[in-house]
Amino acid sequence: MHSSQSTIRIRTATANDLIAVTGLDGKITGLAKPDYWRDLIRRFGGRKQDRYFLIAEAGTELLGFIMGEIRAWEFGSPPCGWIFAVNVEPDKRLTGVGTVLFEALCGKFRENGVATVRTMLARDDTLIMSFFRSQGMMAGPYIELEAALD
Amino acid sequence: MRLQTASRLALLSVLDLAADPARQRSAGEIAEAYRVSLNHLAKVLRDLNRAGLVESVRGVGGGYRFCGNAKRTTLLDVIQIFENVSGDATVRANPIDASATEAALSLILKEIDDTVQATLQSITIDTAVKLIQKLPPRG
Repeated sequence: MHSSQSTIRIRTATANDLIAVTGLDGKITGLAKPDYWRDLIRRFGGRKQDRYFLIAEAGTELLGFIMGEIRAWEFGSPPCGWIFAVNVEPDKRLTGVGTVLFEALCGKFRENGVATVRTMLARDDTLIMSFFRSQGMMAGPYIELEAALD
Repeated sequence: MRLQTASRLALLSVLDLAADPARQRSAGEIAEAYRVSLNHLAKVLRDLNRAGLVESVRGVGGGYRFCGNAKRTTLLDVIQIFENVSGDATVRANPIDASATEAALSLILKEIDDTVQATLQSITIDTAVKLIQKLPPRG
């Protein structure tokens, strides 16, 4: 365990986290999307048992967040945990925050009887892909296809 | 995909040495462990040394050890010392002259190249070593 990992507290996101979550996402993406995050915190912040929006914090400082959901039978897949988003404060990266968030979300999935975790990301997003691979994730049995609609 | 022999030897050496950065292994020991040509491996190790990924330790018990940054160095970084895998996916040298068939085939090959590139670029030495340690020992 990284030395700073023991000071990280994980909890479910609430409406009070909106400003910090929007701020962290804006810092990384360059876009402020408060309505988007308000909606996600409302839908994933503990209202339904199989949806999770987890916050990592040290004291009152937001270090990062992760979001996911258990989904079943789409594409013929048995129930599995999906990770939709993970963000870590840029100057707190490589300190174990992402790992703690990932493990916490996987723990929630396991508690609900799910044995597989899955995500999807841009092929050129090397930073996030490296993170997920460092957690032991590898290419799965599905492949994403798309087409431009004329 | 098929890697050139030098790339394959480089990956084997780097991963073997990075699994225990404090340990020194001679070129002969590595060659024997992976049943590969000592001559070829020695050249590869010299290139890895020049690239700053391994260092040679002289004297009794000397050999090579990993000295790179395992969390920052990817499999692609190692391979690119020896070959270009960025993918020249064009079927015809000048894409402007390409027929629809050649253009379509280029698109398909590019999809394969992009996937290979993304995979190799996202796996660090540290991640690969963790995978090795997770697999049951063989042989």
